[in-house]
Amino acid sequence: MLDSLSTAAAIDTITQVAQTATGGSESLFVIIMKGFSNYAIPFLLLVIPILGFAKKVKVYEAFVDGAKEGFHVAVRIIPYLVAILVAIGMFRASGAMDFFVKLLSPLTNLVGMPAETLPVALMRPLSGSGTLGLVTELMNQFGPDSFIGRLASTMFGSTETTFYVLAVYFGSVGIRRTRHAVAAGLVGDITGLLVAVLICRVVFL
Amino acid sequence: MLNYIWLALMVIAIIVGAINGRIEEVTKAAVENASTAVDISLGLIGIMALWLGVMKIAEKGGIIQILSRAIRPIARFLFPRIPKDYPAIGAMLMNIIANWLGLGNAATPLGLKAMEELQTLNKSKDTATNAMVVFLALNTASITIIPMTVIAVRAKLGSANPFEIISTAVFASTCATIAAVTAAKLMQKLRVIRRSDPDLTDRGRKKGEEDA
Repeated sequence: MLDSLSTAAAIDTITQVAQTATGGSESLFVIIMKGFSNYAIPFLLLVIPILGFAKKVKVYEAFVDGAKEGFHVAVRIIPYLVAILVAIGMFRASGAMDFFVKLLSPLTNLVGMPAETLPVALMRPLSGSGTLGLVTELMNQFGPDSFIGRLASTMFGSTETTFYVLAVYFGSVGIRRTRHAVAAGLVGDITGLLVAVLICRVVFL
Repeated sequence: MLNYIWLALMVIAIIVGAINGRIEEVTKAAVENASTAVDISLGLIGIMALWLGVMKIAEKGGIIQILSRAIRPIARFLFPRIPKDYPAIGAMLMNIIANWLGLGNAATPLGLKAMEELQTLNKSKDTATNAMVVFLALNTASITIIPMTVIAVRAKLGSANPFEIISTAVFASTCATIAAVTAAKLMQKLRVIRRSDPDLTDRGRKKGEEDA
């Protein structure tokens, strides 16, 4: 992965970007990024059919032909998503999360993670909406511009909901044996969450 | 591994639930989440149909193939076993760009289109290929340039600068992506993992040594 030199360089760049971003909410960076978000989908919906038409594709017929797969794909995902969401829902409802928070809390001081944000880290790979709920609670309690609020927000954006992505993507093509996909995904989650703590300490403390 | 994790989640839930006196909540969560899963899946039908339709136009017009060609060097490194300029590459690129832009609605259908293309190269239809695992690693870590949901919450709670977490989140998710892809690439060399490799079961060990 990154050696120490390039990590330092990256942190410098990131700090600069952060300073430009904090220079006012209407900075150029933000405006450009918002523009991308708003126009990306209309752009694709315009450009792809026009290019297709130029290449003599029967656009309406091709669209309908592709779209009819939508139903099958959605239905194929159901058993995989039921399996994953039921297990995660039961786990959350049992209060087992509190037990793991207690178990892991000695480690949080070691990496400089405020104890309050540990549930966010544990929830992140399991449930996107669950994580957003915890992040919102923390920001309500400590304020969105507190260190905890900023760290929790960063954690939310640092990685995806691994188990949901695995269930949907593999489910859509009927893959049951996922091999090393879970392990690789969790390595990504742990890295993202730990780096979130590190970078927030550098930028916001 | 998913077998163990899945079982562990349920066993822990029931034991801890019983100890905590929350067994009723556990039951309720199981039943409720089962129907939530169906709601989520069925809710995808419309958006899925839209993007799969658009993708079919892109495929027939040769746009996906052009995209596949554009990232040939990166693709050859990440997915060495996918034939040159195969449509799967273009579909994966579109999925990743949609993720970067935070277009979750479009990213999932585009990603599933890519999975469908990858599945056509799979010799064992119920087992993930190395290419699929690398693609999933890109998606489970997923860089998002604008994490809009959390920014919206920050704005609503009166943050002075709701966007200031963009840079830290991009940095953290970039590291997560690099780590996940590296892990996927390293693990596929392990003997235990290679034994279940769909590409090796048919072609024998020799080809496997070559790729490793």
